[in-house]
Amino acid sequence: MLIISSGIAQGIRDYGARDYPNETCGAMLGIDNGEGREIRALFPLANRRDDSPRNRFSITADDFRAAERAAKEQGLEVVGWYHSHPDHPARPSEYDREHAWPWYSYVIVSIASGEPREMTSWQLTDDRSVFQPEEIAWAVPPGSVK
Amino acid sequence: MAVKLEIPTALRQFAGKQASVEFNAATVGDALKQLTGTYGDLRKHLYTEDGRIRSFVNIYLNDEDIRYLQKENTPTKDGDTISIVPSIAGGKGI
Repeated sequence: MLIISSGIAQGIRDYGARDYPNETCGAMLGIDNGEGREIRALFPLANRRDDSPRNRFSITADDFRAAERAAKEQGLEVVGWYHSHPDHPARPSEYDREHAWPWYSYVIVSIASGEPREMTSWQLTDDRSVFQPEEIAWAVPPGSVK
Repeated sequence: MAVKLEIPTALRQFAGKQASVEFNAATVGDALKQLTGTYGDLRKHLYTEDGRIRSFVNIYLNDEDIRYLQKENTPTKDGDTISIVPSIAGGKGI
């Protein structure tokens, strides 16, 4: 289960809308206790796929290392990656599957005509055969419970 | 000669949950072969079915990408560190 606060989720939606019609991408920093994980911060990154940014994204090894450093500085770890699918459902593509590793959470937000829509999370099976949907638990913002 | 192989967080579950392992290896390819020989479940996440390193998997010897050295034939020396660093990629697929 992936725990995301409304603020973090809104951040992913906002980055997706900001970068539309291109794909947005970034790292999700958080904690993982073995039973569940919670996203505590986002680390937005540049989409390096200059040749086809509307249907592809790429985060370089240097950007990967920058995300890991940022996580460590905050006492967190990189637990997943988010990206947008402009004018396309929030479902992982075959291309997504081929370029994924298990363990990470892969969050996808659909952006339709510039407006954020559905958000989903996925994890690659250990045999690399398929992405399985990962349940998202929406964390209650502090102060919202009376 | 002993070289250290750093295992990325996402793949540690396939390597006895270790952050790093050491092997006596003369080349980067030799070290990787020992790694995937010892921890067979790692192999499919690093290599394609025809035995090539996956396009999004980057291998560094100390701070140098082995693509700019001698690739998997890059010689190692005692105390070297090999890092496995992914590029994250994807997209909607059309």
